[in-house]
Amino acid sequence: MHLAYPVVLAALLFSVGVYGVLARRNAILVLMSVELMLNAVNLNLVAFDVWLRDTLHAGQALTLFTITIAAAEIGLGLAIVLLVYRHRGSSDIDRLTALADPERPERPTQPGPAADDEKAEATA
Amino acid sequence: MNLSAAAHHPGFLSPTGVEITFVLVGLATLGAAVITVTTRQLVHAALWLVVALGGLAVEYLLLTAEFIAWVQVLIYVGSVVVLLLFGLMLTKAPIGRSPDADSGNRWVALAVAVASAATLVWVVVDAFRSTWVELHGAAQGSSRATGESLFRHWVLPFEALSVLLLAALVGAIVLSRRDDTATPPATAATDTVSAADTVSTAVTEPAAASAGTDGKEK
Repeated sequence: MHLAYPVVLAALLFSVGVYGVLARRNAILVLMSVELMLNAVNLNLVAFDVWLRDTLHAGQALTLFTITIAAAEIGLGLAIVLLVYRHRGSSDIDRLTALADPERPERPTQPGPAADDEKAEATA
Repeated sequence: MNLSAAAHHPGFLSPTGVEITFVLVGLATLGAAVITVTTRQLVHAALWLVVALGGLAVEYLLLTAEFIAWVQVLIYVGSVVVLLLFGLMLTKAPIGRSPDADSGNRWVALAVAVASAATLVWVVVDAFRSTWVELHGAAQGSSRATGESLFRHWVLPFEALSVLLLAALVGAIVLSRRDDTATPPATAATDTVSAADTVSTAVTEPAAASAGTDGKEK
């Protein structure tokens, strides 16, 4: 088999995964697209291992490790998505802007009673 | 080896049966992947992902990596997609078309994806213009060969991987635990029971909710 077939398929699958990660709004759909990218990488690893007839079978061992790490990652990723859904009511990543910088730069606040209470809480 | 392989094969434009099968299954896999990232129905996206992952398992079989094909079906189709479906259920994904499945910058995303596809495909086709894979030798991916190499050369990463899986399991359980501090002891008991894993929270959520409302009514 010509090596171009599996590696071109892997490259196209990877690009489809890139589109999914950037274009989807639901966090679980983003996780699905990440799985597509990981599968493209696995196909590449297997194709190169069979091409080079590696005595260490490094490509296939790394593929097994990638599959296992992807399973662990999706378990943790879904737990995080569930937490976000519980606390914010939606799993849309477009709405998770709490850590974003404000559009207008804020003026430095004057130290007031509210800030002193926060500082006391932080040091306690 | 490349020149002798090139002399042995008839050429790029007269493919063997394996190559034809590979291209056909590859087209099905790619089509399923494209539908996964473009459909507006969330559950259908997960099911088309099953088709894409199954198509990749067939590709692994065509590349004589039979152990990895079976592991792919077991772990990816059998547990990753099931986890995704549970996640969709627990975040109350809408059945049918969801109006906000795609964000506003999907045309920029399409441009980036097309550019990356063009770059990658051009680079790999240019690099592997005269490289053939020998598939008729000893099976590279039989269970015996994979097991021998894993337990001779890859023992330490294998054991580290099991520690990683344990850490991920514990982390997922701890993250998805409910900690309600203002509950009466009865609902606290049901909450610790439901803290076993994320799957059981789906089952005991209605029970805990009804127990909580009963406690508040009293």
